[in-house]
Amino acid sequence: MLSGYLVTVLITIGIYIILALSLNMITGYAGQISLGHAAFMGIGAYTSALLYTKTGLGFWPAFLLAGLTAGLVGAILAIPCLRVREDFLAITTMGINFVVEAVFLYIPFFGAGMGIGGINPPSLFGAEISKPGFLVLVLVVIGLVILADRWLARSWIGLAWAAIREDEEAAGAMGIDVVRFKVLAFTLGSAGAGFAGSLYAHFLTFIMPVNFGFAQSIVILSMVVFGGIGTLRGPIVGAIVLGALPEISRPAMEYRTLLYGVLLLLLMRYQPGGILGESSLLPRAVRRLYQAAQGKMRNEE
Amino acid sequence: MIWQQIANGIATGAVYALTTLGLTMVYGVLRVLHVAHAGIYALGAYVGLVAFHYLGSFWLSLLVAMAVCGVAGVLVERFLYTPLLHLPRIVPLIGSIGLFIAMEEGFRIVAGPYALAYDAEIRFVSLAVGPLRLTAPQSLILTVTLVLLGLLWALLSHSTIGLTMRAASMDAETTSTFGVNTRAVVTLNFLIGSALAGAAGVLIGVYDNQVWPTMGSIPAYKCLAIVVLGGLGNIPGSVLASFLIGLAETLLIGVVAIPFPRDALAFVAMILVLMFRPHGLLGKG
Repeated sequence: MLSGYLVTVLITIGIYIILALSLNMITGYAGQISLGHAAFMGIGAYTSALLYTKTGLGFWPAFLLAGLTAGLVGAILAIPCLRVREDFLAITTMGINFVVEAVFLYIPFFGAGMGIGGINPPSLFGAEISKPGFLVLVLVVIGLVILADRWLARSWIGLAWAAIREDEEAAGAMGIDVVRFKVLAFTLGSAGAGFAGSLYAHFLTFIMPVNFGFAQSIVILSMVVFGGIGTLRGPIVGAIVLGALPEISRPAMEYRTLLYGVLLLLLMRYQPGGILGESSLLPRAVRRLYQAAQGKMRNEE
Repeated sequence: MIWQQIANGIATGAVYALTTLGLTMVYGVLRVLHVAHAGIYALGAYVGLVAFHYLGSFWLSLLVAMAVCGVAGVLVERFLYTPLLHLPRIVPLIGSIGLFIAMEEGFRIVAGPYALAYDAEIRFVSLAVGPLRLTAPQSLILTVTLVLLGLLWALLSHSTIGLTMRAASMDAETTSTFGVNTRAVVTLNFLIGSALAGAAGVLIGVYDNQVWPTMGSIPAYKCLAIVVLGGLGNIPGSVLASFLIGLAETLLIGVVAIPFPRDALAFVAMILVLMFRPHGLLGKG
């Protein structure tokens, strides 16, 4: 059926989808640039790994606690981020990423440079689940994240976030508790990253600090921006395309990273809304075709 | 022993100052986080190396590198930043990151992934002030930095062009209503800032006798932290912060031996300062 290699790639893409969607909540919906998302992925991964290896807790409780811990830390770290805007915020979140990575790297409790190993995959009903089974798990989590995303986006939370994103001062003047909603965005987004981190840890079975550094944050952010920031379809498509890119461009191995950089550069220059953003070429073309088809049908009636 | 570390710190701080100056100047006029600036820094080292092989003179290679980097910086501004001015800040930021990645890969593909030697013989004096002794390379770095900083200061405070540059970085819109060609000012900022970064690249390349593709990676992020620490867009602030961080890094790691990665130190300092002074050390509201 599905080859082991393909399943691995799909699981990796799936984890990136969760990461991209959670980052989109912070950066796309609430408008808070975060260049440190991988730090929360790391917090979730390490929490899950430590709970599993040191306390014998099973995967499921470890998974839940990973997300909760990451969310809690996200809430705390949102505090220095409250006083700063846009560019300052970007650099502050970058700094958070570096500091968190340094903590994992230098404190022996976290396994230092060697990381943590022996993180077994989850077991259901006593048996370790297979790789395709893990893929199903990832898909279920993605489904839950999408449901939560849609619910949030359409709720008053989503509206408050949109107001803050568009004009923070005006939102505050209208009586929106900007602090509360910013912290909420960071908390939820970080929790999502934490869940993804836990999945990552149990899939790879070992983790190292370098997996959660600034480079990883950039990868996640690129997926969000590439696909179309602030939309639901954007991060998903971005994660799929940029996640599959290393595999697709394997024949041109030498030039893979160059291709990636040039792609980002050209896209930002010519299609800043992302591939599937609101005002981008592709969705507009699709919409026009759809309207043309509708018009044609109406004429024929 | 401690004086040796201080000398190291001064040299490190000087190179940071040259690099972060460009970042701050660019941010001042365009409000853009120019991550690709570190790519221009590395470009300076490579161009300097090539020029040195053909021209045989360190000073000439320095000038050539500065000129090429100045032009490269202007090209980046024209192609990437100016067309995207009306968009949210995240767009040019990601574009800049993409450009930086592409530049690093370009260096790797063209010049190979291994470090190349930039073995220019530096015949320079070794300065000493009391117990503080700077080796010849360190003196060179400090002198070149001070000369360039001095020239920049003279330009900014004693010339009309400098006045328009300062005005534009404070308020570009109002400045243009006074008849100033703000586009030209932006270009000039990029030209000077990138040339300084090129000089920094050459100096570090010669100091470490190494030029390699990812030499800009750490400065790319660290210099952003230093710029924020000093106050975004604030030129004296970046110089001050650069030397502070340069000294702090070498002293804390070399003398006190805290088991902490020296590269994260700039970020820790930045976060701490931002909590009490959200506009950086010398920044204004």
